[in-house]
Amino acid sequence: MIPGRQQPTNLEEFLEGLWKQNPVFVMVLGLCPALAVTVSAVNALAMGAATTFVLLGSALLVSLLRNFIPREVRIATYIVIIATFVTIVDYLIAAISLTVYEALGPFIQLIVVNCMILGRAEAHSSKNPPLRALTNALGMGLGFSLGLLALGSVREIFGSGSLFGIALFGADFQPWVVMLLPPGGFFVLGAWLLLFNWWRARTPAALKAAEVQSHG
Amino acid sequence: MTALTQPAPPPATSSLAMIRTLGVVATVCGVLLVLTYQNTLEAIEANKRIALQRAVFKVIPGAATMQAYYVSPTGVVEANGAPPPGGLKFFAARDAAGQLKAVAAEAGAMGYADMVRVLYAYDPDRQVINGFGVVAHRETPGIGDKIITDRGFLDNFRALDARLNDAGTALVNAIKGVKHGARQHAWEIDAISGATVTSRAVAKGINDSAGKLLPLLRPHIEKLKEAP
Amino acid sequence: MTPRIELRTSPHVVQGGSVEQIMLHVVLALLPIAAFSVWQYGLSALASLVTVTLACIGSERLFNRLAGKPGTLTDWSATITGLLLALSLPPAFPLWMGAVAGFVAIALGKALFGGIGYNVMNPALVGRAFVQAAFPVAITTWIPAFAPQRFSEFAPTTFTAPLMQPPDISAWAKQALDGFTGATPLASWKFDNVLTTPTDFLTGAVTASAGETSAILILLSGGYLAARGFLDWRIPAAILGSAALAALLFQWLDPARYPDPLFVLLSGGLMLGAVFMASDMATSPVTPKGVWIYGALIGVITVMIRYFGGLTEGVMYAILIGNALTPLIDQVTQPKLFGQTRGKRA
Repeated sequence: MIPGRQQPTNLEEFLEGLWKQNPVFVMVLGLCPALAVTVSAVNALAMGAATTFVLLGSALLVSLLRNFIPREVRIATYIVIIATFVTIVDYLIAAISLTVYEALGPFIQLIVVNCMILGRAEAHSSKNPPLRALTNALGMGLGFSLGLLALGSVREIFGSGSLFGIALFGADFQPWVVMLLPPGGFFVLGAWLLLFNWWRARTPAALKAAEVQSHG
Repeated sequence: MTALTQPAPPPATSSLAMIRTLGVVATVCGVLLVLTYQNTLEAIEANKRIALQRAVFKVIPGAATMQAYYVSPTGVVEANGAPPPGGLKFFAARDAAGQLKAVAAEAGAMGYADMVRVLYAYDPDRQVINGFGVVAHRETPGIGDKIITDRGFLDNFRALDARLNDAGTALVNAIKGVKHGARQHAWEIDAISGATVTSRAVAKGINDSAGKLLPLLRPHIEKLKEAP
Repeated sequence: MTPRIELRTSPHVVQGGSVEQIMLHVVLALLPIAAFSVWQYGLSALASLVTVTLACIGSERLFNRLAGKPGTLTDWSATITGLLLALSLPPAFPLWMGAVAGFVAIALGKALFGGIGYNVMNPALVGRAFVQAAFPVAITTWIPAFAPQRFSEFAPTTFTAPLMQPPDISAWAKQALDGFTGATPLASWKFDNVLTTPTDFLTGAVTASAGETSAILILLSGGYLAARGFLDWRIPAAILGSAALAALLFQWLDPARYPDPLFVLLSGGLMLGAVFMASDMATSPVTPKGVWIYGALIGVITVMIRYFGGLTEGVMYAILIGNALTPLIDQVTQPKLFGQTRGKRA
């Protein structure tokens, strides 16, 4: 947080991850799960929920311990905390549904190296009280889930002709196999980023900035 | 709020503080982990058991119970813990009356993209492989994954010849995959047109597994039939 | 074209023509090949050619409008992309998939990079690679050449409803031509060790993509373009030469297992790819040494994929790899400037 700047409201804190600093579309962080598991909307939501859980857990713990953790060992501490919550979510998913667990495969364990989570701990939770850290983490987690859902639903529609497992085009639909393979993840992510940036470039603020520039 | 003010040059942290922090955090995390592990263990084990049972029952229709065993040159033991040296795992499935329906085992071979892992059922009375299911694969969707659904391909596993020679040491005829439409013998697997590589991987996996498992199993079949 | 002498500062000799002129000649050179493919495969091939080309032209228009650029349709480049793409697809490829291929070719292969001349890879091959990965079954579904009813009826797959699976074609193909196996010469060789005779290749009586069978026409058209200076003859020469040499080497190592060089040259899309796709000016090296390296690389990779890869045909990926390496090849083969010392680059 920059000193002298006004303290953001809780709503701003929440919306930061959901929209302004969306992990997938704006920061383009945590792409390993974003590309690997988003072959269906359900998988995307499961991965989003798992990541959100880890974000919330680590944000709470890091924030509670923030005055207790010396700078020198903070990374080690954050990693231990994150790894703990990843292991917990790993057990929980396996206990709830083995089907989802197998669909997500090794990518649940790989949440531990999702740079977005360590980034949140370092940049936000370690400098804010628990409630604020949780609000921000929830926004980030939902924003990440939203990004994954955007990828997963497009890939499922083209790759399997269904959404959330419900067939959209009947039995004769021709699946676009490439959408289920890794290249499809890149194509869809690229298309979303294109759309997102094109849209952002057209918002009033951006148009005004462009105008000022052309006049100046 | 103290965290918001410009941080003063940090005072030197004592070694004790660092060790204390790491120790406390590790302890807290350790407790959390152990608690979660203990509370979810039962549910996870149950899930795995149900998933395995469902897979075995799918390749052996009519089965009501199943039990995992290890078979090795020294005999058959129930599969708890580590397998004996040279031991192979298999599942014995029984119907509601306790009669041995068939045995099932896992097989695997390199397919187009990765290992294709399948489960097959073996009927010891008729000496045929009469059940087939896919455990895991990473074959191309729309081509290689037809081994799960293709009717013609699944028909291969109604009575696939897996007779042992008289000495009981090896299969009389090696199970092998042949080009689509070229199946002539009961020990051949008719490949899916366009998915030859995957089909052949299935054939090779079953041949390798059955070639090792069935000779080991042969002396114990009668005992398995008796045991409840 | 006779060299014109222009009255201004050097250089005085104008080589070749404007972009429009070159492109128009390439279109003209492709027309006989397209005509032969229609004669071979009938109405389905014609419908595919028209649809894919229109899809490319339409996409080009759309992206020009979105980018606020003046129309570049008059330079014929979208037409060439469309024709080449259609010629590299199976003749009875469902039209909606052909349209997808055409759109992707222009969108991902060309517009994304900034339009004509800026593309890194051959747009037609980008489109083909996409549909190869998206619809692996449809793109390996073939129809027999010279079926008697080819001018009176379409193959059942041609008019597949958009987004739907094409119907099974084997019954129709068998009735169209007795004993039709649906395997290309490369597939028959790879899986069943059956070699197609050179006569079948030369008369076009083989199962293949729409424009792959007319080796003689391709060489004639390519020769015409090369003679007019619109095509660098060294690229096809390097590709075909290196593929033949590689094939010769393998045949010498194990004659029972590997086919003769002539089979390697005539089968699949090697001829069409070497003459018309790899030679695309924007995506091939400019240095003389680089051109030979580029061609040799494509030829050898093609043979490697065919012999040792999971796919039966490798020309498309070989050219795409060559395209991707072009900037690197250009960089390492820059000729030394006069007076330049070792280790120093201007």
